[in-house]
Amino acid sequence: MKPIRMLGRSIRDAVKSVIRNFSLSLASISCITITLIIVAIAIVASFNVQNFTKAIEKDMTIVVFIDNEATEEDVEEVENKIKKISNVESYTYQTKKEVKEQMQQESEVFKTVLDTWSDEESPLKDTFQVKVKNVEKIKSTALKIESIDKVSVVRYGEGMVDKMVKAFSSIEKITYIVVIALVLVTVFLIVNTIKLTISARSREIGIMRLVGASNITIKLPFIIEGMILGLFGSIVPVIFTTYGYLAFYKHFDGYLYSRLIELILPEPFIYQASLIVIVIGILVGMIGSASAVRKYLKI
Amino acid sequence: MDLIRVKNVEKRYKNGVTAIYDLNLAIEKGSFVFVIGGSGSGKSTFIKLLYREEKPTKGQVIVGGLDVAKLKNKKVYKLRRKLGIVFQDYRLLPKLTVYENVAFALECIGEKKDIIRIKVLKALEDVGLKNKVHEYPDHLSGGEQQRVAIARAIVNDPKLLLCDEPTGNLDPDMSMEVMKVLEDINKTRGTTIIMATHDKEIVNKMKKQVITLKDGHLVKFKQKGTYAE
Ligand SMILES: Nc1ncnc2c1ncn2[C@@H]1O[C@H](COP(=O)(O)OP(=O)(O)O)[C@@H](O)[C@H]1O
Ligand SMILES: [Mg+2]
Repeated sequence: MKPIRMLGRSIRDAVKSVIRNFSLSLASISCITITLIIVAIAIVASFNVQNFTKAIEKDMTIVVFIDNEATEEDVEEVENKIKKISNVESYTYQTKKEVKEQMQQESEVFKTVLDTWSDEESPLKDTFQVKVKNVEKIKSTALKIESIDKVSVVRYGEGMVDKMVKAFSSIEKITYIVVIALVLVTVFLIVNTIKLTISARSREIGIMRLVGASNITIKLPFIIEGMILGLFGSIVPVIFTTYGYLAFYKHFDGYLYSRLIELILPEPFIYQASLIVIVIGILVGMIGSASAVRKYLKI
Repeated sequence: MDLIRVKNVEKRYKNGVTAIYDLNLAIEKGSFVFVIGGSGSGKSTFIKLLYREEKPTKGQVIVGGLDVAKLKNKKVYKLRRKLGIVFQDYRLLPKLTVYENVAFALECIGEKKDIIRIKVLKALEDVGLKNKVHEYPDHLSGGEQQRVAIARAIVNDPKLLLCDEPTGNLDPDMSMEVMKVLEDINKTRGTTIIMATHDKEIVNKMKKQVITLKDGHLVKFKQKGTYAE
């Protein structure tokens, strides 16, 4: 009962002083709001990027073409060498016949064209399709395979995917820097809000210490005040995230540019993102108030 | 039995001023003790050492069996709950009523509402302010304000009541009012009272124990003492 009573008192005190220092509280809340909107965008973007880079990476395959004059033993040796490369996750072997059948199934146009070629004339080759464990090392793995005898060309979706992953990672870095800078400014503002509250209540704090209030009892209202600022600051960002993402998803019909880039389904994603935004808001508020308490409440 | 034992205590402030030199004394439970001496003689410092507002630079300050000098900052509140403190400037909260000011002390330590009510009304009765429960401090005389502060100090039934110049801002009549209340608390509740003052008249009238300090040194500790320069 006692802790609940003390908590109730602390929350009451905290709400009172948010109202009392309204202008500075509002400044803190606005700053948290701006920060959290950017954080929300960063969260939504980075989750989506992760989602589709994973999807793309899953599809990234090294296609190994075997020279036409290779014998069965040669193929076996190529297979053994591929098997030994540490970054190789799995591989499948397709004869040119299988390749042809697959392509014929995929498209009518291919079917008619391919039908005109006999097996000897076919430009198609026997292939290994290799999946790698670590996509970042796909280039060096491809080079290793290329150096194997009787292997002519190695292809993988290097161009586009590489560029995309690089672009996203640099965008991610810039976002991190902006978010960190904004969080620092926000914490600074919260520290000053709480400092004001502390000095407005210095008399009360002095009396509390005299009559034997424990340190936690004295500190809690200020910490909670910071958390309330954080909570209030996350209201607009949560609305922004929820409705913003829903509208965004609807507008693009769930895909960006091409079918390759699939957006995350709004539900339950918007709720998870909102929760993260709220937690970050409250945490930032708490960090600000805790450091103010440590700095200005010498007890 | 001794409630307070001070052994070889020295207090030297950070600026190099020594406020207390090699102090040794013991105060019995239930006694009423004046601490007297001129301005700067170390009275306030002595009181502050007792409620662990200041730490001695040397020696032991034992209050109710507890060495206060060794108490960690985080644990000071445990000591404070066992004693009451009254100052010259009352230190009331102007936005709270008399009742709320006294109740504040118990709310801060998480006491239940119904117990708070009983204890607050009893304390206010003891200081003769039962009819001013809903007044604000600004509407009270200095003597009444100080009695509210005393009620707040005793509301948690402390064994020890420390007073630093409680009559310093009061005229002689109001001072006597306050002294009557203190004497009453000492007698009926058995609370040990230590009061720093430089008011000769009060000390001479009350005929209590007197600790005399001069420039940080203990000059005298007399039963039924008077104020002598
Ligand atoms: N916080 C402090 N810092 C430095 N010196 C202090 C402090 N408090 C008191 N003093 C010095 O200690 C001496 C005793 O002061 P104090 O205990 O307040 O005496 P009194 O209450 O008898 O007037 C004085 O010389 C005073 O200047
Ligand atoms: Mg003094």
